[in-house]
Amino acid sequence: MAAPLTLLLIVAVTIRAVLFRSSLAELISERVEVVSPLNAWKRVVEGLALLDLGVSPYSGDVFHETPLMIYLFHFTVDYAEIVFMVSPYFVDCLSCFLASLDRFRKQKYALESDRYPADCLELLRSPKEMFYIPLKVAMFYLLNPFTILSCVAKSTCGLNNAIIALFIFCTLKGSALLSGILLALATYQSIYPLTLFAPALLFFLQRLYIPVNLRRSSFWCFTLQYAFIYVGSLVVITGLSFFLLGSWDFIPSVYGFIFSVPDLTPNIGLFWYFFAEMFEHFRLFFICVFQINVFFYTIPLSIKLKEHPVFLIFMQIAIISIFKSYPTVGDVALYMAFLPAWSHLYRFLRNIFLVSCVLLACSALFPVLWHLWIYAGSANSNFYYAITLLFNFGQILLVSDYFYAYLRREHHLTHGLYLKKKDGTEATLVLK
Amino acid sequence: MAAHRCGLSLVCILFFSSLAHPSRCDTLEKANDNTATKRSISEVNTDGSVAGEDMNERQWQSTDVEVNRSDGTKNSETFTPAPAKDQFQEELVIRPLHSGDIYASFQFRTLWDTDFLQEGQKKVSHYRLFPKSLGQVLSKFSVQELHISFTQGFWRTMQWGQPFIPSPPGAELWVWFHHTVSDVDGNWKELTNVLSGIFCASLNFIDMTNTVQPSASFKPLGLGNATDHRFLRYATLPREIVCTENLTPWKKLLPCGSKAGLAVLMKSEKLFHSSFHSQAVHIRPICQDEQCTSKAWELRQTLNVVFDHYTSGQGKKEWSLFKMFSRTLTEACPLASSSKVYVDITDNPEGELFELSPATPLLSQAVVLGDRRTYSVYDLTRAETFGQLRSFNLLLRWKGDSGDMLRPLLHAERYVAGFGLQTGEIHTVIYNNHPYRAFPVLLMDSVPWYLQLYIHTLTVTSKSRDNKPSYIHYQPAKDRHRPHLLEMLIQLPPHSMTEVTVQFERALLKWTEYTPDPNHGFYVGSSVISALVPSMVAMSTNFTQDQPLFSSFVPVKEESSYFVRVYTEPLLVNLPTPDFSMPYNVICLTCTVVAVGYGSFYNLLTRTFQVDEPSPPLAKRLANFIRRIRGVPLLA
Repeated sequence: MAAPLTLLLIVAVTIRAVLFRSSLAELISERVEVVSPLNAWKRVVEGLALLDLGVSPYSGDVFHETPLMIYLFHFTVDYAEIVFMVSPYFVDCLSCFLASLDRFRKQKYALESDRYPADCLELLRSPKEMFYIPLKVAMFYLLNPFTILSCVAKSTCGLNNAIIALFIFCTLKGSALLSGILLALATYQSIYPLTLFAPALLFFLQRLYIPVNLRRSSFWCFTLQYAFIYVGSLVVITGLSFFLLGSWDFIPSVYGFIFSVPDLTPNIGLFWYFFAEMFEHFRLFFICVFQINVFFYTIPLSIKLKEHPVFLIFMQIAIISIFKSYPTVGDVALYMAFLPAWSHLYRFLRNIFLVSCVLLACSALFPVLWHLWIYAGSANSNFYYAITLLFNFGQILLVSDYFYAYLRREHHLTHGLYLKKKDGTEATLVLK
Repeated sequence: MAAHRCGLSLVCILFFSSLAHPSRCDTLEKANDNTATKRSISEVNTDGSVAGEDMNERQWQSTDVEVNRSDGTKNSETFTPAPAKDQFQEELVIRPLHSGDIYASFQFRTLWDTDFLQEGQKKVSHYRLFPKSLGQVLSKFSVQELHISFTQGFWRTMQWGQPFIPSPPGAELWVWFHHTVSDVDGNWKELTNVLSGIFCASLNFIDMTNTVQPSASFKPLGLGNATDHRFLRYATLPREIVCTENLTPWKKLLPCGSKAGLAVLMKSEKLFHSSFHSQAVHIRPICQDEQCTSKAWELRQTLNVVFDHYTSGQGKKEWSLFKMFSRTLTEACPLASSSKVYVDITDNPEGELFELSPATPLLSQAVVLGDRRTYSVYDLTRAETFGQLRSFNLLLRWKGDSGDMLRPLLHAERYVAGFGLQTGEIHTVIYNNHPYRAFPVLLMDSVPWYLQLYIHTLTVTSKSRDNKPSYIHYQPAKDRHRPHLLEMLIQLPPHSMTEVTVQFERALLKWTEYTPDPNHGFYVGSSVISALVPSMVAMSTNFTQDQPLFSSFVPVKEESSYFVRVYTEPLLVNLPTPDFSMPYNVICLTCTVVAVGYGSFYNLLTRTFQVDEPSPPLAKRLANFIRRIRGVPLLA
C-alpha cells in the first residue's frame, strides 16, 4: 500500500513540476474553465500589487479572495508553486481515512450481518477491495487532469479543496472541534460549504450513538455544542480579517460578489450566460432562485440520508460544484475524488457510460469552442453555452445516478438482492 | 423702468448712429432680434469711455510696430486696463500648416465683471454680454471653473504641431466646483444634464461610470488654488459625434451671434467639411487687474478647424477666407473691444514662401507654446482693413515649397495590442523630442470598468530600460459604478521614446448594457498627457498683460517652460458579445437543466423503491368488476 502510494505521489509531483516549468502554465492559467474571478492567481497577484500601492484590494472589482488568503500569499507569494503543489496532498489524507471508515463499516456489517439477507453479501465489499480504495481515491484526485490543470493554473480553488478535505478528514476522525473550525474556514473561503454543516453534525451524532430526535436533550446538547464551535470560529476568523484589514470592505467584495454574480465572464457553470441574457426586472428573482437552489437540497437530503452522512457529504459537495455561481474544474475534481469510494455502487449505475462520454466530450469541446468564439470569431457565445449546458447536464446525471444507486443498494440490503414478484417471476424495481 | 430703458436706448441709437460707420448701422438695423439690438447698442454706449482709450491703444500699437517691429508685446505694460466693465474680444488666428492644411482658430472672450461666488452675491440678474443661460448655470451649481469641448476628428500633432487649446476626440467636460458645495456628485449629475440641453449634446450620458477625479492632471486654470480634487469632475465621451446641432447653440452664446464679426464665417457646411473640428467653452474666474483686487468671469469660446483642401486634392495650395468659409468679413462685431485676424508668417519673414493679400503693415510677435511667432495682424475695427469693396477677403498664395516642420517636443500615441476577445494590452508611447532636456509628464488614463486592468502588469520602459514612475495614483474600477483611473508621473529622458503598457481583460456584459452596434466596439477615452515642456525662448509670466487671446489661455508660472496637454487617440476595443436574439431560449434552456437536476433529486427523495407489479389488462379488470357485482370469486 505504501509503495504504490509513494510512487503515485512522485508521479503526481513530477507532472505538476514539469507543467509549472513549461510554457503551458501561462496558457492554462488564462483558461476560463480552470480559473474563475474568485480564484484566479492573476487576481491574487493584482491584490498584492494593490496592497503595495497602498490601495485597498477590495476598492476595485478585481480581487475577491478573503483577507486571510491575501495575508497568506503576502508571505508565501514567492513559494506559491510549492503551496499549490502541496495542497492536493491534503486530499490524500482524506483517502486514507475513507479507508479507515470503510474498515469501520466492515466491522459493523460483520456484526450486523445477520440483519441482512444472505444473498446481499455480494453487495458488501471484500477487504481486498477496501484495501485499494485509498489508493484509488488518491489516484482519482492527484492524477485527475482537472486537478492538475487547476494546480498548474495556481487556482486558489486547490486550497479551498484542501480545507474541505481536511474538514472531512477531521470529521471522519471524530474531532468535533477541528471539524467545526475547518468547516468555518471553508465557509469563510467560499460561503457554500455552509451546507456541509448538516452531514458533519449527522456523522457525529451517529458516531456518538445519539439518535436524531428533536425531543431528546442529548441531541440538542450536541447540536448546540457543534454549532457553537462552528459559529464561534466563523466569528473569530471574520473578526481577525477585520482587524487585519481595518474595514469590512471584504464582505461585499467577497460574499456579495459570490451571491449577486456581477461578473459574467464565461465559466463552466450555469450562471454566466443566464444572467447575461436575463431581463433586468427578473434578475433579482432569478438570482434568489438560483442561489436558494444550491442551499435548498440540504434539508431533504439530510432527512433522506440521515443514516449515511458520508454519502451526504459527497452529495452536498457535488451539488455545490454544479450549482455554485463561479464553478471551475477544480470543484468538479473534488467530488470526483469520492467516486472510487462508491465503487460498490457500480452495478446499480444506469447510464455511467453515457455520462462518461458526455463529460469527456465536453471537456474536449470546451477549449475548441472557446477558441472558435473568442479567437477565430467563427462561432458565437451560444456554442460555448451549449457545451456548458451539456456538461452540467452530464454532472447532474452522474450525481443523480449515484444517488439512485445508493438508495437502490440500501433497498436491496434490507429486502434481498434477488427480488421476486408475487407470481415468482423476477421482479423489476421501480420508484413509486 | 421699462419706459426709462426704452428712452435710454432711443438716445443711444441717435448717439450711435451719428458716430458709427453707415454700413455697421445697416446691419444693426437689419438684425431681427429687436431686444438684442437694443441691448448691444446700450452696451456700446456704456463702453464709450473705454472706446477712447481703446483707440489710443490701437494707434499706439500700429505706430509702435512701424517704429520697432520686434517689440510688439513688451511695452504694453504701460497700458492700464479699463475700469471694471464687461468686455468682448474676438480673434481669428490662421496658421498655414506644413502639410498644406490650414489651421484656423477662433477665440471669443467675454469678460463679466461680477463675482457671485462671494457671500451675499448669490443672485445675479443683470446680464449684458455674458450669456444668461451659462451665467445661471454657473450660479446654480456653484461652478468654479468649467471646460467643455466637442471635437470631431483627431489632432495630428506630428503633422500639425501643437494646437493652441488641445481637445480630445468626442466630448470632454471638466468642472471644478466651489469648495462650499456639499453634494458634488449631485451637482455634477444635474450640471451635465443641463449642459446637455444647452449644447444639444449627449452629455447626459455622463454618469458615475465615466466620471473620474484626477488627482494631479487637471488643475484650475483660473484664480483659486483649489487642490482638493474632491471638487473636480472629469469625463469624456469619445463616441460623441459633433455636428451642426452643437454649433448653433454654441454660436448663440456669442454677443453678436453669427450676425456680425468673425462668427459670420462659421457656416456649418464648410466647418464640418474639414479634417478636424473642435469647439470649446472655457469659463474661469480671473483677475481684473494686476493687483487682483476684484474678480471677473472669463468666458472663452474657441473653435478650431483644420481644412484639408490641399491634401485631399480638392484645390491648390492656396487659400482665402472665401474659399475656406464661403464668406468674407464685412465688419467687426460692434460689441467687441477688439477684433483681429492674425496670420502666422513666422516661416515667411521675407515673403519668399507665400504672399498675403491684402498686405498689412501691422505685425505682432507673441511667445506661444515655447516659440516666438510673428503674425500679420488685421484689425477689423479699422475701416481701412475692409478697403474699397467693404469686404475683407484674406488670400494666401504659395510661392515655393515649405520646408520641414520642427518636430513637436512632446507627442504621444496609443494602441491596443493582442488578439482575441479575452485579454489585451494597452500601449501608450510618449516621445520626448527634446535633444538634451529630460522633463516629467503626467499621464492620465481613464479606462471603463468593462476592461479590467491589471496594475501589476504595468510596465514603463524608456530606451529599453525600466523607468519607474515617481508617482502613481491608481483607483481600480467598480463594476458598473466607476472607471479605472491611472495617473503617473513619468520622467522622459531626452530624445527618447517611453512605452507604457498595461494588460486588461475584457468582460462579458449583460445584453442590455451593449451599445446599439456592439460589434463596432467600445470606445476608451484618450489618455491625457500634461507636461511642462522646456521652452526655447523665455515665456512671458505676466498673466494680466494684454496679449493676443491665443497665447494667453494657460497661465505661465515660470519663464523656462510652458504647459502642454497632449491627447492620444481614443481606443476602440471589441468585447465578446452574447447572442442578442435569444434571451428567451437561454432562460428556457438553463431553467430546463436546473429543473432536470431538481426533478431527478425530487424523484429520488420523495419516492421509494417498490417491486413493479404490472396492472391487469383492461378486459380482466372489467371482468373482475362484473364478477364483484355478481358476487362471484374474482379472477386471479
